[in-house]
Amino acid sequence: MKEYTFFPGCSSEHNASAANMENSIQSMCRILGIQLNEIDDWNCCSASIGYAGGGQLPRMAMSARNFALAQKQKGNTDLVATCAACWLSMRETNERIEEEPRIKQDINTALAEAGLSYDGHIKTRHMVEVLIEDIGWETLQSKVTKPLTGLKAAGYVGCQTNRPFGVCGDSYENPLYLDKMIEATGATAVPFPMKVACCGGALMFSETEKACVLTKQILQSAVDNGAEVIITPCPVCQLNLEVYQGMINKTLGTNFNIPILYYSQLFVLAWGGSWQDAALHQQVIPAEPLRRFA
Amino acid sequence: MAYDLSFAKDVYNKSEMGHWIKMCMQCGVCAGSCPLRAHWQHSPRQLFQMVRAGKRDEVLKSSDMWMCTSCYNCIVRCPRELPITHIIHGLARYAETEKAVDPMQPTRRFAVEVFWKNITATGRVGEAMLTMRLYFQDGIGAGIQRGLEMRDSALGMLKTRRLNPIPFRGKIKGYDGFTKMLAKAAELEAKLENKA
Repeated sequence: MKEYTFFPGCSSEHNASAANMENSIQSMCRILGIQLNEIDDWNCCSASIGYAGGGQLPRMAMSARNFALAQKQKGNTDLVATCAACWLSMRETNERIEEEPRIKQDINTALAEAGLSYDGHIKTRHMVEVLIEDIGWETLQSKVTKPLTGLKAAGYVGCQTNRPFGVCGDSYENPLYLDKMIEATGATAVPFPMKVACCGGALMFSETEKACVLTKQILQSAVDNGAEVIITPCPVCQLNLEVYQGMINKTLGTNFNIPILYYSQLFVLAWGGSWQDAALHQQVIPAEPLRRFA
Repeated sequence: MAYDLSFAKDVYNKSEMGHWIKMCMQCGVCAGSCPLRAHWQHSPRQLFQMVRAGKRDEVLKSSDMWMCTSCYNCIVRCPRELPITHIIHGLARYAETEKAVDPMQPTRRFAVEVFWKNITATGRVGEAMLTMRLYFQDGIGAGIQRGLEMRDSALGMLKTRRLNPIPFRGKIKGYDGFTKMLAKAAELEAKLENKA
């Protein structure tokens, strides 16, 4: 049994937008024998858009509080995040606390107001890094009992699971790990030139028309390359690509109806988990192309 | 004419990662890497040169740095490894603290008036409240209009248990300490200066 400290993040709460990611991640970890120990009373990481209202110190204090709670409750065990923005914010904060004495000092003066302190030493890892580095490709493949043979999937890495930190030494311009995950389930990863293009991120809220144009190009590329589904590790990508398809169809004259799924959902199904285990009942655009494997 | 260097000094000292602007060699890779490049008036490269040239108002009143989607393309492609995404975030935040930015700039409005208030009200994002606040920020009529446009998606999210039908959420247990921590951090932030 492998154990990690777990930071689910706001979108993975019950009745939140990435509940399908969270539920399938939990199923995936059960099958792999991974125990995720959630930080008690964690707060928002301040996300990528938090810089504008929070500046440097308030923004980083939020992640520092999570680290401080984690250290108190679970020691320096590796902390796993499943959300791209959480992973990025936590890593950035830890890096700056460890490397900039002034930041460490100010953050700790702020943390003291909450009766906490943190001076670094917790490694933040993305769930995909845990799968690749700690579980390994062989195990990921050997768990397959129901190969998704014939399924054509576009692996959409997006931005923040890729930049600025990168995953397991993969390149920024053409990372291969997600395609390898798709292939590990028996499915086919279609060529996908838009795999690291931006979906608009949080600007989908404030600059919807501009962001919809970006999202449309990503969907179009997947469909043009023959994908039946798009697979992503990022909850913002998943939400933008799935929930805005209707609006894109209406405003940009397209006719998309392509399910957007998490890598964890694909793994759970291929490893013999049920439709419910894979949280495939929680798709706004139903995962019909996967029915033939259920 | 004489250059006014006071603005560049302010940015180097007070804007997050602002001192890195000195290192920019004006190659323009950042401009070509930005997903919203069609909507800039000035690219990051141009903004950096405008900082050096002392164009305080043109930079701080600009909508350009508010177009950042935080995709980090510019950061990984910069041949001099400048933290461009963070410099751009820093300039946007600096414009906000100087009260130079148009309060109606859509991303400024969402980030500062809606998002930051939402997460600091309870300690976590309340997605339903966040969406409602955003939709209704221009009044009830506009809110209903936007809600109707997204009706199918919202119903889909509710049906699949990915949207809380009750928009109110509780505070984290340590909320008092959390609030005091943020207040102290904001107080220290005002005194924070970059290592040049």
